[in-house]
Amino acid sequence: MLALTDITLNYEGRTILDSASLSVARGEIVSLVGPSGSGKTTLLRVIAGLEQPSQGTVVIDNKLMTGIPTHKRDVGLVFQDNQLFPHLCVFDNIAYSLRVKRVSKALQIEKVNEMLSLIGMEDLARRDVGQLSGGEAKRIAVARALVADPFILLLDEPLTGLDAELRDRLLEDMGALLRARKTTVVHVTHDHNEATRLSDRVVDVRTLGQSGVQLQ
Amino acid sequence: MNQLAKSSIMLSPYKSSARWLWIAPTVFLILILAIPTTAIILRGATFEGFRDVLNNSTIKQALWFTAWQALASTALTLIVALPATFVLSRFAFTGNRALQALITVPFLLPTVVVGAAFLAVFPSQLHYTATALIIAHAYFNLTVVVRIVGARWEQLHPGIEQAARTLGASPLTVFRTVTLPLLHSALATASGVIALFAFTSYGIVRTLGGPARATIETEIYTRSVLIGDMPGALALSIVQMIVLTALLWWWAKRHRGESVSPQISVAQRAPSTRGQVALVYGIALATAAVVIAPLSALLWRSLTRTTPGATRFTLSGWRAVTSSTTLGAISTSTLFALCAMVIATVLGLMVALGVAYGSPRFVWLERISVLPLTVSAVTIGLGILITYDTAPYDFRSTWIITPLAHSLIALPLVVRIVLPVVRQIPRGLQSVASTLGATPLQTWLTVDRPLMSRAVGASAAIAFAISIGEFGATSFLTRRSSETLPVTISRLLSRPGDALRTQAYALCVIIVVISMIAIFLIDMLRPSRKAK
Repeated sequence: MLALTDITLNYEGRTILDSASLSVARGEIVSLVGPSGSGKTTLLRVIAGLEQPSQGTVVIDNKLMTGIPTHKRDVGLVFQDNQLFPHLCVFDNIAYSLRVKRVSKALQIEKVNEMLSLIGMEDLARRDVGQLSGGEAKRIAVARALVADPFILLLDEPLTGLDAELRDRLLEDMGALLRARKTTVVHVTHDHNEATRLSDRVVDVRTLGQSGVQLQ
Repeated sequence: MNQLAKSSIMLSPYKSSARWLWIAPTVFLILILAIPTTAIILRGATFEGFRDVLNNSTIKQALWFTAWQALASTALTLIVALPATFVLSRFAFTGNRALQALITVPFLLPTVVVGAAFLAVFPSQLHYTATALIIAHAYFNLTVVVRIVGARWEQLHPGIEQAARTLGASPLTVFRTVTLPLLHSALATASGVIALFAFTSYGIVRTLGGPARATIETEIYTRSVLIGDMPGALALSIVQMIVLTALLWWWAKRHRGESVSPQISVAQRAPSTRGQVALVYGIALATAAVVIAPLSALLWRSLTRTTPGATRFTLSGWRAVTSSTTLGAISTSTLFALCAMVIATVLGLMVALGVAYGSPRFVWLERISVLPLTVSAVTIGLGILITYDTAPYDFRSTWIITPLAHSLIALPLVVRIVLPVVRQIPRGLQSVASTLGATPLQTWLTVDRPLMSRAVGASAAIAFAISIGEFGATSFLTRRSSETLPVTISRLLSRPGDALRTQAYALCVIIVVISMIAIFLIDMLRPSRKAK
């Protein structure tokens, strides 16, 4: 499971997160909602270790994460703007985490092909990522984060900027995929409808900080 | 949301290792730049020294000549380059890119070779004249106008000029009242760069100006090395440093806060009317001929010997190339260039990564890395000569001192090429890599390295080309036992005799071929999948 306790993050006298606490059970999909600027993305980045909280603790799988760098945290983060590696093809983007973890070539091929068929993009393996449509790029970004089976998947506004029809379809596909793999997910969005459709529990990020109140 | 706040508290995977990257470049700059220039200032800045210098008629003449030839060179470069700039930036035609590449070649040539090429192409009446010198400077600097002014000209919408035409202006009036004012700033920038190059020109002046045409740079050499007037040489170096610093200060002030505007180039159109076709191809062919002529003259003169009344074909120049002295110069130059390439690229990379990833406070590192631009190559050579010539610091006699001086000259360019590319690598990619389990080293190797390899390759090629042609600092530091190609060429050209000259021309051809091969090889070596 994931437990955030009293996470506070100040920057230049401004409080971005004020003693936020949250716990997520294994296999649970939680959506954090709230207007822009409310600290949702920052909270995801704190979980991933991309940002250092001024105080508070992050516990993942019963291990205290203080001082543990991002690459040792076993989290997957899907960025709002995908951040696909422009110098690698679709296959190599998805294989990236397997490659840096020195997984054997044969297993890399097997796992990446499995992901590609799960997202229905077997034909695009060697495609240049610059030639992908918005929906395709998003699927690749999710596949890349999931391929090494991270303990927690973090989704940062995953459907922002896509047209309504595509959002609907991706929402269905992603929900099915995550549930089938029993992935633990923290999902950030400003769209309530998206949150209720994808997740088991919806939490307003502004209520995380109400002192001492543990939200359920 | 608060992007600024985020980036400032964001944890870069490289922060802890990048913290130490400032040390090696700083030590290098202190040893090779700061200490030698300080030595020049401490030993040369005396009242008597300046009084003598300013009262010396030879020196006064050199100062005057340096200034007016720089202005004349700038004017001639603009006159020759503007027609080519116009057709290259305005018209799409077969050979456009090839012509752009061709115009870049003179700028990459060693200055001694440019001087030699004009000795080869001009009749002997023009040798050692101001005219020859100014023409050679214009030849060398063509690309400066084409690049700087061309970039602006491409962005001018043709509609503006068409509007002026409909309002009754003739083509010439349009150029004078609309185009020229809009190009004004780019023209001023290009002129500044050319004037700076012409002002500090040394290799071209030494080969083509002869003893009669002294500039500040050659006068520093003559006084310190040939006639042993060290106080005069030091005082002149200080004058040169003051002028250069003032020019670069003016330059930095002009461009402060100016960001590189995105290259929105208006679609070039193919020449449509018969007149346009004639104009475009006429100018393009004439420019190509101007660029090629001195180089082919070099090749031709390396294969022929002119005796009164006849020109005959000979391989004697090329046969002399295989003598042990010239073979030694070729291997020395190649070795020096490889060393300088490695040193300048590694140090430049350290500066770029330190500035980009170390800490926002490291901006000073970027600033000091461009300082070598404020000192001319001759001053760098002189400074090293007077600083490291006594025990226990007698490094002047070690061979590595020359490649170190070359690295210093190449360093600002390496930083200028690599740093913007490092800055453009999206930080998000590094975050993704670390969430996917990559260690900082793996992240650098799999994300940053491939995205910056093209820029690093280009800067390495330029460092190699600078080193193999470098003449200013080298002429102070070279020893007969480890002479470089440009020094050998200059020595052969300064002696009477057609045989030696033929040999010098053959060596020029070799140095051109080596630089072009290096640039080509480094271009080939870089990975095929590259950053967009």
